[in-house]
Amino acid sequence: MKKIFEKQAVRKLIFLALTFIIVQLLIYADIIDAYLQNTLTAICINIILAVSLNLITGFTGQFSLGHAGFMSIGAYTCAIITLRMPTIFGFFLGVFAGAIFAALVGFIVGLPTLRLRGDYLAIATLGMAEIIRIIFINLKITNGAAGLQNIPRFTNWTWLFIFMVGTVLLITNFLKSTHGRACIAIREDEIAADSMGINTTKYKVIAFIIGAFCAGIAGALYASYFYFLKPNIFDFLKSVNVLVIVVLGGLGSVSGSILAAILLEIISTFLQSFSELRMVIYALLLVVIMLFRPQGLMGSKEVTLAVFNRLGGNLKSGMSKLEQRFKSKKGRV
Amino acid sequence: MLEIRNMDVHYGVIHVLKGISFMVNDGEIVTLIGANGAGKTTTLRTISGLKKPRNGTILLDGEDITATSAQERVKRGISHAPEGRRIFPDMTVLENLELGAYLRKDKEGITRDLKMVYEHFPILSDRKKQLAGTLSGGEQQMLAIGRALMSRPKILFLDEPSMGLAPFLVQEIFNIIKNINKAGTTILLVEQNASMALQVAHRAYVLETGSIVLSGTGSELMQSDEIKKAYLGG
Ligand SMILES: Nc1ncnc2c1ncn2[C@@H]1O[C@H](COP(=O)(O)OP(=O)(O)O)[C@@H](O)[C@H]1O
Ligand SMILES: [Mg+2]
Repeated sequence: MKKIFEKQAVRKLIFLALTFIIVQLLIYADIIDAYLQNTLTAICINIILAVSLNLITGFTGQFSLGHAGFMSIGAYTCAIITLRMPTIFGFFLGVFAGAIFAALVGFIVGLPTLRLRGDYLAIATLGMAEIIRIIFINLKITNGAAGLQNIPRFTNWTWLFIFMVGTVLLITNFLKSTHGRACIAIREDEIAADSMGINTTKYKVIAFIIGAFCAGIAGALYASYFYFLKPNIFDFLKSVNVLVIVVLGGLGSVSGSILAAILLEIISTFLQSFSELRMVIYALLLVVIMLFRPQGLMGSKEVTLAVFNRLGGNLKSGMSKLEQRFKSKKGRV
Repeated sequence: MLEIRNMDVHYGVIHVLKGISFMVNDGEIVTLIGANGAGKTTTLRTISGLKKPRNGTILLDGEDITATSAQERVKRGISHAPEGRRIFPDMTVLENLELGAYLRKDKEGITRDLKMVYEHFPILSDRKKQLAGTLSGGEQQMLAIGRALMSRPKILFLDEPSMGLAPFLVQEIFNIIKNINKAGTTILLVEQNASMALQVAHRAYVLETGSIVLSGTGSELMQSDEIKKAYLGG
């Protein structure tokens, strides 16, 4: 058993290193040009957003529509810090301060609202994100509705990759722990989870805090890439977009969120040239995918590197069985 | 020993439990019978800490646990198989059982108790890897009881374990309940199926719209005309 897992870890490491190097080479070769780098950045940021929202909504079963709010806190915090301290140190400070600030707000908001269920929680988190947006519109330090310009750019493929892998690992490790099991139990049946002695409020708040923390990181990376911030970037639609990725990928599937984030961003990059028709085609695609895969692309299953095993015809180890956790899933949103 | 003194519970303005008092001695099976809506589920939920009483005292082994959290009560040996089974449908049987031992740290003890649960319910052992949501009603009930046992309780609360089960399964479940009790677990059993409950119980209380109106040994109550008329269909 142990050997298999070690092998798996090595394989994961090789896979990650290869991904990083190949993309980096493509950037050097200008095959991923400035335009495609925007797509790449959006993909990485959306992966962080979607995986972290999946922890809250897909795994813990708490329907949140506030992710744009947490993201904006990270974005503004990082922007404000790097505008005054345009160094790599300022960038790090900005990312971590943004994440911690977002987590703090997640805690303050989560404590009272997570007692609410289903639709009520969705409306409360939606309200929270709107309040945050309106605060940013009215604050001096955020330059109101006009927003912030000339934010120094530190976000590049290296940092995107590190933070993306970092958040995905943070969340998958959390999910594998007994804490993660407790979160899933809450999604499955909150009353039963209570009866087992699981502190359901505590775990809902923890999921919310981790989710907000990661959304804060995503926001900070965003601010430090696109030079420019204004409150309306983080409106209701932004939260819905993240939710679309999560639902499309499969509630309760980390790899589903990753796949969906990549797929949707590539589709929308392709559709750029269709100008007016773009949104219609995009929406139609979503409808079609949901009709054919109502449980999302992955349901609550995970793809792992075992896929490559099988592609290589190497079926003998039976690792795929170990590595894949087949779980059907009821989409309780 | 579990002792409830003058417990009052409200849902908003509705006075659901009206100062009930009763006790469960170590080693007993005590049943609380009563019609639908009498307050049986509320009683169990309040004692296991999922609902706060407005007045009253809950004593476990002489200690006042009225103010403690639900988690603390599980740690102290109260375990609750809730009404309607409420197993975790998208987890396997084994994962469900493991969650029953959620607050425990003693790995060896957990393994031992898992074996004990499989001895009581051999079918669960065969279905270890199966998703709990795909089990039959009777199997789900067995899983709910097994899961509650995994916290190694001193006292086990069972809320309507016979609900929705075919008669032969009801008989089987009650036999297992007796075995669990013989193996040393005290049981507080809530039932609408009064005749079954009175057969296995050492003592019984009758709850009517939030008040305890009658109590006695199982066989005493079975002989009582009132009970016969109201609950045993004769
Ligand atoms: N969550 C709740 N909110 C309001 N009233 C409730 C709630 N749960 C139970 N009740 C009411 O409390 C009374 C007792 O319910 P319950 O304890 O479930 O009875 P039993 O288990 O004996 O059927 C009923 O009148 C029921 O309508
Ligand atoms: Mg009931």
